[in-house]
Amino acid sequence: MTVPATSPWNLRLVRRKATNGLLWVGAVVATAAALLPLGMVLYYVAAQGLSSISLSFFTQLPKPVGEAGGGMANALVGSLILVGLASLIGLPIGLLGGIYLAEFGNGRLGWAIRFTADVLSGVPSIVIGMFVLALVVIPMGGVSAVAGGCALGLMMVPIAMRTTEELVRMVPMSLREGSLALGATHWRTVAKVVMQAAKGGVITGVLLAIARVAGEAAPILFTAGSTQWWNMKVTEGPMSSLPVQIFLYAGSPFEEWHQQAWGGALVLVTMVLILSVAARYATRGRMRIVR
Amino acid sequence: MLRTAVPEAKVNPEARTAHPPKIEVRGLSFYYGRFRALQNVNLTVRECQITALIGPSGCGKSTFLRTLNRMNDVIEGAHSEGAVLLDDVDILRPEVDVVALRRRVGMVFQRPNPFPMTVFDNVAYGPRIHGLARGSDLEDLVEASLRRAALWEEVKHKLRHSAFDLSGGQQQRLCIARVLAVEPEVVLMDEPASALDPISTLRIEELMQELKENYTIVIVTHNMQQAARVSDETGFFLNGELIEFGLSTRVFTKPADKRTEDYITGRFG
Repeated sequence: MTVPATSPWNLRLVRRKATNGLLWVGAVVATAAALLPLGMVLYYVAAQGLSSISLSFFTQLPKPVGEAGGGMANALVGSLILVGLASLIGLPIGLLGGIYLAEFGNGRLGWAIRFTADVLSGVPSIVIGMFVLALVVIPMGGVSAVAGGCALGLMMVPIAMRTTEELVRMVPMSLREGSLALGATHWRTVAKVVMQAAKGGVITGVLLAIARVAGEAAPILFTAGSTQWWNMKVTEGPMSSLPVQIFLYAGSPFEEWHQQAWGGALVLVTMVLILSVAARYATRGRMRIVR
Repeated sequence: MLRTAVPEAKVNPEARTAHPPKIEVRGLSFYYGRFRALQNVNLTVRECQITALIGPSGCGKSTFLRTLNRMNDVIEGAHSEGAVLLDDVDILRPEVDVVALRRRVGMVFQRPNPFPMTVFDNVAYGPRIHGLARGSDLEDLVEASLRRAALWEEVKHKLRHSAFDLSGGQQQRLCIARVLAVEPEVVLMDEPASALDPISTLRIEELMQELKENYTIVIVTHNMQQAARVSDETGFFLNGELIEFGLSTRVFTKPADKRTEDYITGRFG
């Protein structure tokens, strides 16, 4: 059936197509606008940082100003130690807390914990640093990796807790009932069946929590401090880290240090990117398991 | 409302001697908060028989089934009155060990709910938590359970595969095997075939006939033909009341209550 060009149907069709096209263009432009800065950041960091990356960057200590070469080996290892300590402190609390909230947290206590976690995740990271400074650094008599780990761990708690809660809640009730009906206790059901089903998602949450704090400078600036030397004592003395090193170098007036900061930024971005991609990968299996 | 009592004489005297009572339910009422889901239910489940519970949606038959292994315990604000005697012991009493009870009274659910593990680990789950067997004994127990659930031949080369790789019907038989592995005395089935295709349904029904040699089975079903085909005795629930209970051959041919007749002839529900 053909519609005359002057009929209202045709006009409507034209208008509909125009609206459709306009919105499509709008969506594409908005997406590009969102992706462009991200792409530019990655490109710029890579372009600036790549020239500083060499084997010595990963193996050598920083050199004094004016001397060529040197690396960020201590900051790199320091970051790993700090994030490791943070995970050790933050993840058990976050994971167990999340399980508690999902399985038993319907009462007042659950509400209070959830509210606290939400508030905690909104606290600026510099304030977390201040808090740990007062509570850990001053009583311990100085900055240390443990204090820095506490600050980062504290930031991980709400992220890990709320992600775990959400994913544990997603596990269908029928799985729990299947286990309970076999005579399993609630805790055994959670440990063996529910966590098995939520595993992929929880790993994602953990990786995202790690990625989130790995790039933080503010909370460790005056809790872990920084040093130009190796320090393998976690309870005593400053522990360098990539974000703090980048902060100090980028703020310095020296060109060599600026270059080193770009190199550090590139390594940091790459690490976070790998974690995020790994998190994505871990989530992939989740849908199949939880259904 | 008038309650139609089924005279005791209508219960087959032969069945009574060959199949002593396994579960005796006396004056059972059940509440979700203030809502009364079951009202003064009296019923006897006989050993090594299949007892079917039918009725329209929301009539309380699933609630009833779930009181038999205390699965309703997990629901907040639920409580019950009356007694459920399993081998003459009231299982509703608070001091009863639900873990031990659920080992004796297993349950198969409406939708297959295999755990996110391998086929083997699914069946071994119960024996492991109860410490029934380990090592090669456990392997034997898993094989025996899968055989009893008529699944062994289909999965014997897939024991290390994920349980989700099985078809829906196979998954449901896996869930039955999982229950059998803890060596229960009673198996409760909550519409075990409603999510399955006709051929898988047939397999489950055949399996039930084999299982009743050794187990007491209580099945809730929406499907009246299924109840008529597989069960020895049938109870009809309506609005939380047990309207009629008796031999399936009689309930489906000469129902004593008008409401039962209306339901089985398809006038409502």
